[in-house]
Amino acid sequence: MNTRRVCFPLMGSYPVAEKVLGHLIGDEVIMPPPITKRTLEIGAKYSPEAVCVPFKYMLGNFIEAIEDGANTLVQVGGGCRLACYAELQRAILRNLGYEVDFVTVGNGNGIGQIIRFIKKTYPKLSYLHICYEIYRAYEKARAIDEIEDFVRKNIGFETNLGSFERLHRHFLIDLDRAQTIRTIREVNRDYSTNFRLLDVQKPEKPLRVGFVGEFFVVLEPFSNFFIEKQLALYGVEMHRPLTVTSTVRNITFHDRYLRQQLALADPYLHHPLGAEGTENIAHAVQYAKQGFDGLIHVKPFGCMPEINAMPVLHRVAEDFHFPILYFSFDSLTSETGIKTRLEAFYDMLMMRKSDHE
Amino acid sequence: MSDQLSAYMGVDIGSISTKAVVLDPSNQILAQDYLWTEGNPIQAVKRLILSIEQQLPPDVKILSVGTTGSARELIGTILGASIIKNEITAHAVGTLASHPDVHTIFEIGGQDSKIIILDHSVVTDYAMNTLCAAGTGSFLSSQARRLNIPVEEFGQYALRSTNPTKIAGRCTVFAESDLVHKAQMGYPTEDIIAGLCHSIVLNYLNNVGKGKHIVPPIVFQGGVSKNVGVVKAFEHITHHEIIVDPLGHLMGAIGVAILARKQKQQQLFDFQIKDIDFRTVGVECGGCPNDCEVVCVLRKEQFLDGWGNRCPTGLVNAQKQLTNTVICGD
Repeated sequence: MNTRRVCFPLMGSYPVAEKVLGHLIGDEVIMPPPITKRTLEIGAKYSPEAVCVPFKYMLGNFIEAIEDGANTLVQVGGGCRLACYAELQRAILRNLGYEVDFVTVGNGNGIGQIIRFIKKTYPKLSYLHICYEIYRAYEKARAIDEIEDFVRKNIGFETNLGSFERLHRHFLIDLDRAQTIRTIREVNRDYSTNFRLLDVQKPEKPLRVGFVGEFFVVLEPFSNFFIEKQLALYGVEMHRPLTVTSTVRNITFHDRYLRQQLALADPYLHHPLGAEGTENIAHAVQYAKQGFDGLIHVKPFGCMPEINAMPVLHRVAEDFHFPILYFSFDSLTSETGIKTRLEAFYDMLMMRKSDHE
Repeated sequence: MSDQLSAYMGVDIGSISTKAVVLDPSNQILAQDYLWTEGNPIQAVKRLILSIEQQLPPDVKILSVGTTGSARELIGTILGASIIKNEITAHAVGTLASHPDVHTIFEIGGQDSKIIILDHSVVTDYAMNTLCAAGTGSFLSSQARRLNIPVEEFGQYALRSTNPTKIAGRCTVFAESDLVHKAQMGYPTEDIIAGLCHSIVLNYLNNVGKGKHIVPPIVFQGGVSKNVGVVKAFEHITHHEIIVDPLGHLMGAIGVAILARKQKQQQLFDFQIKDIDFRTVGVECGGCPNDCEVVCVLRKEQFLDGWGNRCPTGLVNAQKQLTNTVICGD
């Protein structure tokens, strides 16, 4: 059999963790090339025009990875159009003449199902080995999420410009090298100490803004024009509840998690909205109750679950006098417009805050 | 500087028009002008600076400059502005200076429209049109051309109508085909224009103003506010009085002039700038497949500043390219 060269969609810093699973099912892992304008251009060129923008990014990513030698592509399923991504992308790539294997992992039905799926597809792997590798990938993702959570909340207040980003780069390199659960945890621990040693000048009550929305555009900074970082650098403590760790927990304890989120979203929601819609409303309500200064909501243009969430968010904003800024992304959006809105949002939050004090 | 009058200049460079004001420390206007951008902001600002210089008494010194509007970065760099602000903040600050009790600001300009909600002089909410320019000034002027009526007289036509016809809102394409249909049915031009003003207001309130609490006092600004037909339609639909400030078109410039005064950095403005040669070049970085197009401003053919790069390498490469070497991004 040919060498199996695996690639997976790119999202934020997560390739470091996804790589572990890539090695589980393939002989080699092709790291997805970083997203650039070209990625989006080729992705948009071969995608249906009206499909949501994560599809375009992922397709562009896959084509670039195939150019780099990938022949096995991993795609996931989910509770919205995401469930059709894999089939559609498989067909598009086949029509373009690319000979690739497609591995579609799960459709959001929990870790057990993913383990069974891998065992069925690769019977030679032992259950123990599969579970261990998934655990290792999870630990890496958890390290990324914990470290980046700290970065998000503090990068806006660094005294030496660029100190957080430099350390973050080193962190990803070391995390990539760490192989055993023990060393991964060590990296996590060491860097959380190192990050806390960086000089920050944080006011006692900084502006706090939540960042919610659709999974891909929240997690992949290129697709949201790096707004999380941009806003943080104005001097804002950013809070982002949605991470890979939170999603793994969500799909593992799905029913309980959903009940919990509905309770948190009470009285605004009685039925789940699908995908991340439910938890986004739950988080919005919680942030509003905790006295956050504002919320940013992002979605791909045409994203059904988030469109469903928006009228409810309008209501939350009204009831709590809680400013929410909405962004909708597609393959064509001028950066100037985003900057203008973001800067105005920051100015507004500052004016509101100084008025309250 | 004791015997000299200190002043602050605000420049608002929009897609259609460019505005400037000079304020004294008590926000009195010392000089102002308004002219068409004509797709060339640098030239427009040079003409503007010339006109401002002629209006100002010789003992006035401009201590700081602020810019706003869609060409704010470019012009801000050229003028050495101490503050470069977005239009929303600038408009809110400017309007508050003359209407401290304002609650709602409607703004419809050439290419964009926005709504700003204030509470006790603090901006609490705002929205801007997103993907679509339906119901902005450019739509009105293209329809005026179709009906062969100067856009300045549009409002007067609308006021003469006794029975405005219904024109579809939502989308320019729908509105236009509706308008053609009604015209072919023989409706009087006055009724069609009044219907158009009506549909623009509905479109604005449904898209930009969606979910916002519109509470008087309401101030309406931007180029379209000069159209009495639209003002009338706003009053009819919101059932509130609509205030149109005679200086409404200058509010952005006034706001950013006030912000320029409030910030600490001062730098004496030199009117010689209008005689200096400025040029912008788009340079593709080439350091990675992103190929960021870095817009560089050249002052007397010397690199002054650039933007549009996603990483610091972009600026370095753009400068290098003006001397021909490229390094790779990280």
